[in-house]
Amino acid sequence: MNKKWVGTNVPRKEGIEKVTGKSKYIDDLTFPDMIYGITVRSDVPRGTIRKIHFADNINWDEFTIVTIEDIPGENVVTLIESDQPFLADKEIRHQQEPILLLAHPDKSLLEEARRSIRIEVDELPAIFNIEESLNKKQIIYSDDNIIKEYLITKGNTDDVWDSAYKIVSEEYHTGAQEQLYIENNGMIAIANDEEVTVWGSMQCPYYIHKALMPLFDLPAEKIRIIQTATGGGFGGKEEYPSIIAGHAALLARKAQKPVKLMYDRAEDMVATTKRHPSHTRQKIAVDENGKLLAIDIDFVLDGGAYTTLSAVVLSRGAIHAAGPYACENIRIRARAVATNTPPQGAFRGFGAPQSIFAFERHLDLVAKQLNMCPVEFRKQNFLQQGSLNATGQKIEEEVRLDKVLDLALEKSQYFAKKKQFAVHNSQKNVKTYKGVGLASFYHGAGFTGSGEVYLASIVGARLTADGKVKVLAASTEIGQGTNTIFSQIAADALGIDYDMVEIETPDTSKVPNSGPTVASRTCMIVGKLVESAVCGIRDTLLKSNLLTSEYTSQQFITASKKYLEDFGELKIFVKYKPPAGIHWDEKNYRGSAYSAYAWAVYVAEVSVDKYTYEMQVDDFVAVQEVGEVVHPILAQGQIEGGVAQGIGYALYEDVVWRNGQMANNQMTNYIIPTSLDAPDIRVFFSEPFQPGGVRKGIGELPMDGTAPAVISAVENATGKHVCHVPLRPEDLMMLYRKET
Amino acid sequence: MEEKKNLSQKEISRRSFLKGAGIASVGAVIATTASVDIKADTKNDSDVIGKNGISCEFDVNGKKYAQKVPPRTTLAELLREDLNLTGTKVVCDRGACGACTVIVDGKSVCSCMTLAIDSAGKKIETIEGLANGDELHPLQEAFVNHDALQCGFCTPGMVMSCKNLLDHNAQPTLPEVRKAVSGNLCRCGTYPHVFKAVMDVSGKKGE
Ligand code: FES
Ligand code: FES
Repeated sequence: MNKKWVGTNVPRKEGIEKVTGKSKYIDDLTFPDMIYGITVRSDVPRGTIRKIHFADNINWDEFTIVTIEDIPGENVVTLIESDQPFLADKEIRHQQEPILLLAHPDKSLLEEARRSIRIEVDELPAIFNIEESLNKKQIIYSDDNIIKEYLITKGNTDDVWDSAYKIVSEEYHTGAQEQLYIENNGMIAIANDEEVTVWGSMQCPYYIHKALMPLFDLPAEKIRIIQTATGGGFGGKEEYPSIIAGHAALLARKAQKPVKLMYDRAEDMVATTKRHPSHTRQKIAVDENGKLLAIDIDFVLDGGAYTTLSAVVLSRGAIHAAGPYACENIRIRARAVATNTPPQGAFRGFGAPQSIFAFERHLDLVAKQLNMCPVEFRKQNFLQQGSLNATGQKIEEEVRLDKVLDLALEKSQYFAKKKQFAVHNSQKNVKTYKGVGLASFYHGAGFTGSGEVYLASIVGARLTADGKVKVLAASTEIGQGTNTIFSQIAADALGIDYDMVEIETPDTSKVPNSGPTVASRTCMIVGKLVESAVCGIRDTLLKSNLLTSEYTSQQFITASKKYLEDFGELKIFVKYKPPAGIHWDEKNYRGSAYSAYAWAVYVAEVSVDKYTYEMQVDDFVAVQEVGEVVHPILAQGQIEGGVAQGIGYALYEDVVWRNGQMANNQMTNYIIPTSLDAPDIRVFFSEPFQPGGVRKGIGELPMDGTAPAVISAVENATGKHVCHVPLRPEDLMMLYRKET
Repeated sequence: MEEKKNLSQKEISRRSFLKGAGIASVGAVIATTASVDIKADTKNDSDVIGKNGISCEFDVNGKKYAQKVPPRTTLAELLREDLNLTGTKVVCDRGACGACTVIVDGKSVCSCMTLAIDSAGKKIETIEGLANGDELHPLQEAFVNHDALQCGFCTPGMVMSCKNLLDHNAQPTLPEVRKAVSGNLCRCGTYPHVFKAVMDVSGKKGE
């Protein structure tokens, strides 16, 4: 196939609309007769609802009030397990549990009304963190607080400990992280007894669709979900939007009017999901040359009050826990535990940033104890073509992670900087310590294990009246460039102009279920399906003798129009077929966890203020192998964005918990990197390992390696072994205090 | 005759009240310019500082709008809800993110922290006013060319901050650009592309 569009920097499809302010996001829409909704929540972390009191300073007759009595179907958010209710029935499991819904034509009256409702609760003792949950201080989930547990074993670690040259053990913690997509969550719904339509900000229209069918006890065709322009998601709009959509629709059904339910920033931050906090125990055995002999990892995530996506987040975290390294003996025990906090959820990286942080930090520690260069130590343990990773998957492609490493070392001047900083740091009169650090990692693209097989994604394509091609997929544009890359891929597959490809709005009444927009799968998995679907269109035109094998864009248009004239419509749907040779044993967690991996080495350079302990990232080099790059500028933007979030994760973003909920739920006190904090992020894509246009995901990759690289640089600057993120200046100060 | 006189006296005192309030409350946004004639809703005197609207005239992107706004209305609410100019975004609603940035009399302001009545009579510029029909403003063009937007939600505010910078400093240095947008949070991390876009426009200007 001749590639004219893939690999070039065509203008983003929706660029002009966004830059002129014309894009319509959910809060930009108003419907005739529309009223406004609000959610009344619990304010205790655990208990049993006894009674609900409505204060008499409010004229409640003016309000639409939805209680569990108004739920026509099942009061449960359908996802992996069906344990989370749309509205709490009796039991309260966290402080932000929705209990009632209100709506009124005047939105300025809502807040006072919300405050005029008192929920009388018999409080129960609650647990708020991993330790309390593991210690079973209270049992709040099944009989042991464990939401999900996996065990990955390879070889036999127990045979190694006695004879090993060195064994190094340590514990690592990572904090929660708020996605902080800039557009707040929101939905508008219209509903009656027969049908429900919801518009809103979301990543996965079909997740909402699936959750609303049982809620309203309506068949698939009676529920319609439409994505509006969406101001970022990063995983945060993967599953929580189902709840907001359900709430808006319940209110709309009761009010018999369109209802807009917008969260303000504070509510969005306190009530919706975040990255799972983690606690990891590492134990590694090496020989005297630094060869990894055994790896034993105990990885625990705090899942919050309900199952939601924790099981799959945990799975990805566990599979990535031993990184891109070869080792004969591996044991990874992974558990997600329940606490009385709002459920944690998806966030770029999906469990991998947590486990990779712990492992990469630990490798630095092992290298130090071996008196070895951390780079050499890693390099000699890299997975190679033919080696088996932690799940026993044979790496088929010709991995050249050493090449990626070399490029990163060269671009960052790693060794020269290390020497230079050592001299700098030894001088008495300097105000800052400087350091450089590195992380190497890989990220599996697409759903884990048999996920893609179960999903069985479908993509369609059809001809439009003016002879162009329209892609039909539920994959959402959330800033990452879905519409642009689909158009590039389709245009090349057909050999027509980029502008001749259109993308249908993700609307469940118009597009098939191409699976959720998560797991960096859109370009790799759905992109392939787009290719096949549009090829189906072309083949039909060829077979009907309207096209010959060589054609121009204009001829394509003419042929399409003729086809429509003769036959009325041309729509092609294709379904995902798993690639050959992919086997996954779900029970034993063995086999090919992912059909492709992206490989990367990141290097960070930091300075640390000697007096204030403030840390600043001065330079960042991100080198990765992601297969074919469809749109270099867009891809670069994805990496830069992920690195910026990773820097935030490492140094700034501190979710302060109080009684099981976020206490700093404002943009003033939850700090993310600004234009002044983000360093120069230098992004390089290494030559694809495999020829033939294999694409791997890139969205999540940059989130994995950034924090460990940054913290490694801080360690290089200060000589302190840091075992947690976020690392605030005060934490660093305490590390200094501890020593003196 | 007598009634009219009373009325105008009340108007004066009301204005000085507003002025006083503006001076007294640190960080509050109530402050009026003498040149703006704020007329009370004469029918319901006691409600002037309450729910009922004050008649004001607004100049947004060169277009005049006569609008009655309750004093508590923010400029962001006026733009988005009354004038249906939804390009300006509200995110934090408390001056922390810059998504709502517009330009008022040559200064960039957070429209969520500015009272509408305080912008009456002033020249208000929003994202909708930049392009000339289908012809993009050079800054918008540069944003598209450098892909300085991903999800696009911070973009209107980001563009307005950059425009304000270029209006006052046609050829800024990189640190000046960094600083100019330091109040505009972008979670997609488009900062490097924004810098490039602004430098690109300023370079063109320098030619
Ligand atoms: S919405 Fe105005 S600063 Fe955030
Ligand atoms: S482009 Fe998404 S927040 Fe800036």
